[in-house]
Amino acid sequence: MSGLAAGIRLAHFNRNVLILERHNVPGGLNSFYSFDGRKFDVGLHAVTNYVRPGVKGTPLGKLFRQLRIDRDEFDLSEQAGSKVAFPGVELRFTNDFEVFESEVARAFPQQIDNFQSFLKMIREYNELDLNQPAQSARKITAQYISDPVLEEMIYCPVMYYGSARENDMDFSQFVIMFKSLFFEGFARPYDGVRKIIRVLIKKYRTLGGLRKMKCGVKQIICRESRVKELILDNGVNITADHVLSSIGLVETLRLCDDKEKDTEETNVGRLSFVETINILNKQPRELGWEDTIIFFNDWDRFDYSEPDALVDPRSGVICMPNNYLYANEKELEEGVLRVTSLANFKRWTTLPEEEYQEQKKLWHNVLADKAMSFLSPLKGQSLEDLTVYVDMFTPRTIEKYTGHLGGAVYGAPNKSRNGLTHLDNLYLCGTDQGFLGIIGAMLSGISMANLHILKKEARR
Amino acid sequence: MTKEECKQLVLEIIADIAPDEDISDVKSDVALREQLELDSMDFLDIVMEIRKKYGIEVPEDDYPQLESLDSSAEYLTPKFNSVKA
Repeated sequence: MSGLAAGIRLAHFNRNVLILERHNVPGGLNSFYSFDGRKFDVGLHAVTNYVRPGVKGTPLGKLFRQLRIDRDEFDLSEQAGSKVAFPGVELRFTNDFEVFESEVARAFPQQIDNFQSFLKMIREYNELDLNQPAQSARKITAQYISDPVLEEMIYCPVMYYGSARENDMDFSQFVIMFKSLFFEGFARPYDGVRKIIRVLIKKYRTLGGLRKMKCGVKQIICRESRVKELILDNGVNITADHVLSSIGLVETLRLCDDKEKDTEETNVGRLSFVETINILNKQPRELGWEDTIIFFNDWDRFDYSEPDALVDPRSGVICMPNNYLYANEKELEEGVLRVTSLANFKRWTTLPEEEYQEQKKLWHNVLADKAMSFLSPLKGQSLEDLTVYVDMFTPRTIEKYTGHLGGAVYGAPNKSRNGLTHLDNLYLCGTDQGFLGIIGAMLSGISMANLHILKKEARR
Repeated sequence: MTKEECKQLVLEIIADIAPDEDISDVKSDVALREQLELDSMDFLDIVMEIRKKYGIEVPEDDYPQLESLDSSAEYLTPKFNSVKA
């Protein structure tokens, strides 16, 4: 997605652009697939950063301007409402920030003044400044919020929707996520992520941009601190003035013929996930399940780290894409219940095939039960009775389709904020540049195309 | 090209870049940033569109010349006229 956004910018300003995609479906980490006639989104629970028409100066507005796309084209509908659920305490939030604020005041009356000062500091922080020093978000947060439960309830959604680091984040990444989830909000196109990808591709094609699908880059040939040429999967060599890579930081460096194959071993992300999907014969609302997204944790502490077991079901995210306020009260055709939890990449990828399939079934049931403990009880029927179809992805699936090492959805823990690499004409965009979420991904492509290609050439 | 025509061209570019801004009432002698919500990305785009549409280069050092419509017209009109000639 970051690559498509960068491509649109460059093609708009008359550059010859070629996008190379190894997969047969566009979108990268935010993609989609069909199975048995059903359409599924891979990454998208929510388009974060949602603001209503007329709200200016936020990432969403910048994105539409930069891509010359009309906001109606994305067909975004707002969430009904979401919550963070911890043992004995819940915080609801919607796209109106006051709701979250009043929830904090209700559940943590002693913390509300601290919380207000925390908000003030976040509002004033310029998280998009590429030169912000790296700082521990936890340390800064602890200077304001003294109740660890409130702190963890804030971190649970923020980390689940974007942290590549275990139990802490870089502060500017935290601010990007906090603003995009709480100050701004959640929305979704009725048709899911494919709607957005379709708009981007149409725009890119109209501008004369070229795409080559099922054709990845096999090797980057480097000479004199520059990319000399790219060798593609099909054996063809191509050259370019500039190369923008969205495949990840470590993944990109490992393609370079002047780097070792195990380069940056410690910067391979350790956080991967499983996600279970139950397709239901009822709308969740008919079952009394009205939340759009529930970020849950039922342990004493919130632990966002690579689990020792295949899955860590103590915390996770429940998403019901039916619970967006679609135009004309349109409903999705079927009910959808998705549950995501942290998973161990190595353990999933070393299972023999038969056991892999068994473990998938087993953990699907564990996560379904877990989700049920956060949803209103069903009357006289079980989730199984309502389920017409199931699917599940694991870290193995993620690596297979996205190429992200370790199945690390949010990429490397240490980002390259300015997108620079050891080569003069090779830059990074996407997850490992460090703007997060779908809107962040697109803004990353835009910013890097602007900074390293358009601006540089304008200067000449 | 007159300075008035030049201002019109700049306004057209702004309308193109920021269709969500109301440009019907922009004052020529007041900084664009004070009247419209334009950030550095938008200003880069104004420069890039001028280059794309009219082949006029605005070097980075000259960006401050585009502060208001008046200063833009002052700076750009001779450039437009020399391109045409």
